[in-house]
Amino acid sequence: MPDLGLEVLWKGKNFARLLGGLWVALRISLIAALISVAAGILLGVLASRKHSVFSAILQVWLGIIHIMPQMVLLFLMYFGTTRAFGWNLSGETAAIIVFSLWGTAEMGDLVRGAVSSIPAIQRESAEALGLRPIQVFRFVILPQAVRRLIPLSINLITRMIKTTSLITLIGVVEILKVAQQIIEANRKASPNAAFGVYLTVFVLYYLACRPLSLAAKHLEKHWG
Amino acid sequence: MDWGYIQNVLPLYGKAAWLTLRTGAAGILLAAIVGLLCAAASHWRVPVLRRITSAYVEISRNTPLLIQLFFIYYGLPKIGIRTRPEACGILGLAFLGGGYMAEAFRSGIEAVDRIQEESALSLGLTRLQTFLHVILPQAAAISAPAFMANVVFLMKETSVFSAVSLMDLMFTAKDQIGLYYRTAENLFLLVGAYLLILLPLSMLGSVWERRLRYAGFGT
Amino acid sequence: MSDVVLSISHLTKRFDQQTILEDLSLDVREGEVVVIVGSSGCGKSTLLRCINALEEIQGGEIRLRGEPIRHNSKNLPEMRRKIGMVFQNYELFPHLTVLDNIMLSPVRAQKRSREETRTEALTLLDRVGLKEKAGSYPRQLSGGQKQRVAIVRALIMHPEILLFDEVTAALDPEMVREVLDVIVSLADQGKTMLIVTHEMSFARAVADRIILLEDRRILEENTPEQFFTSPKTEQAEKFLQSFEFKRKKES
Repeated sequence: MPDLGLEVLWKGKNFARLLGGLWVALRISLIAALISVAAGILLGVLASRKHSVFSAILQVWLGIIHIMPQMVLLFLMYFGTTRAFGWNLSGETAAIIVFSLWGTAEMGDLVRGAVSSIPAIQRESAEALGLRPIQVFRFVILPQAVRRLIPLSINLITRMIKTTSLITLIGVVEILKVAQQIIEANRKASPNAAFGVYLTVFVLYYLACRPLSLAAKHLEKHWG
Repeated sequence: MDWGYIQNVLPLYGKAAWLTLRTGAAGILLAAIVGLLCAAASHWRVPVLRRITSAYVEISRNTPLLIQLFFIYYGLPKIGIRTRPEACGILGLAFLGGGYMAEAFRSGIEAVDRIQEESALSLGLTRLQTFLHVILPQAAAISAPAFMANVVFLMKETSVFSAVSLMDLMFTAKDQIGLYYRTAENLFLLVGAYLLILLPLSMLGSVWERRLRYAGFGT
Repeated sequence: MSDVVLSISHLTKRFDQQTILEDLSLDVREGEVVVIVGSSGCGKSTLLRCINALEEIQGGEIRLRGEPIRHNSKNLPEMRRKIGMVFQNYELFPHLTVLDNIMLSPVRAQKRSREETRTEALTLLDRVGLKEKAGSYPRQLSGGQKQRVAIVRALIMHPEILLFDEVTAALDPEMVREVLDVIVSLADQGKTMLIVTHEMSFARAVADRIILLEDRRILEENTPEQFFTSPKTEQAEKFLQSFEFKRKKES
């Protein structure tokens, strides 16, 4: 059995430290996801009306977010704002802002899509039954839209979690940074730690994302 | 904005952009091949291979590229597998992208009606002929938008290559800012370079998608 | 008597626990046109799909000119080339032109020369009145035109037998005629055919023999004249009545 450098994990609080690093990543995604869902629903509903300015705003916003790599957006937020406005954002704040901007645009688009994908005849038949517009939205449109939305928003959160891996590159101490520190500290005692520790990080990310994507797939199948 | 400085570093960005394009294209090509093989394995229900490919797809789609790269670049050498930075980037991109491409192709193949396959079989075509001449052309058209979206996505993912010491656009920008504190100029160049690469790709994707949707051969 | 082309003996077909066809035997002779009728869901289409080995069978045997057709045998593509099948929804390949749809199998599967195949394809298209559509894509054709192309696509393989699976069921009423005319002319040419249909007057005109499939098996086998005027079984009478409309009028 070759030395896979796994023993490092059981030394001291190393494994707990890794989990702590993962939690930093998860916390950032969760905060950003909450902001995105709230702001995205608002934006999406506003944009789903015909000839709405919000629809145009959303399109441009989404275009910018989609064309730039997230790494570049993080970089712009982290270094750019210091330069332009003299703000000294922490890496974590910069990450939450970028993820929220990204998530709000995507959620907004998903909500707009879900609302407008419901056939007009549904709204018309509800109106024909004598429901008021707000009732039509509450009892007919929303329940159908939410079913389509939930799996898609879970997917968005999964993608956010995966993207948090990048924030180590703007100086946030999260799981990858902790991993590097552990490997560095045990360079002499376990020269092969890089294998075991990075493998663990890999598995932990998988364990964090897999249940979510599984849930999304399941819901898509049963609600789709 | 110091235009003289920009002119000076432009060649550096050109070189970096070329590296991004080159490694990105190679990784995407490999990813497409891996994806097609996985999709074929799942379509034909090849016993063991089908299990392996579906596990691979799940793993590649549920882990970040950066972590995959770290594992390949820093982890694997400890058990004797060494790759140069460029090869590592391409491999990582192919590993990640293979899963996404497999899903794109698989859903395209599944979207072709089963009776189309039966109709081809009833004409006496073999399974392979049926796949190549009847299913694949239809699946390709259905998968094209997802394929192009993956191409753009994977091209964007190359922006983490700097983490395995590839001198790509991110690396160059960071390096220059660190050395000369020219933040504005470098961010401008960084965004400009990515726009130059990604805008045409994404425009190509949407043109293609529209063409397929409105002028396709769909029944 | 002429040779038996298709011979089905003791065929049993089950989906999970449900038996669709049970101990069914049927021979089709050269040049014979056999029409299968029966209420929907009686297994008519499944029978055709079994003959082409698109379905696995759970018992019995199907032979084409004495050679068995088996779901998992190596020579299945070869056997299928001898059986022409036309589907309810045409199943033309949307990415190929009419001509390429017709030429795909002769060129790829039978390895015939492109030139010869093309000439034959155009001749056959001409015969069904669609020569000028050779370069069109399926989506540019009407349902009736698509179905005529599908018939040509089956014919060009020179099959021993043609299977028609409710080929007019998906068509608008005004297009049914043009497709049925083609099939009648094939009957006149002496082609061996097994036809599943709901068009009773067509069945009566084209069939040499009518078979009523009901309740997993063959209930009645008769000449068209007898079947429609004085059926042997009560079930056949009932079945025929279901096509008639009567309205009691007080006068």
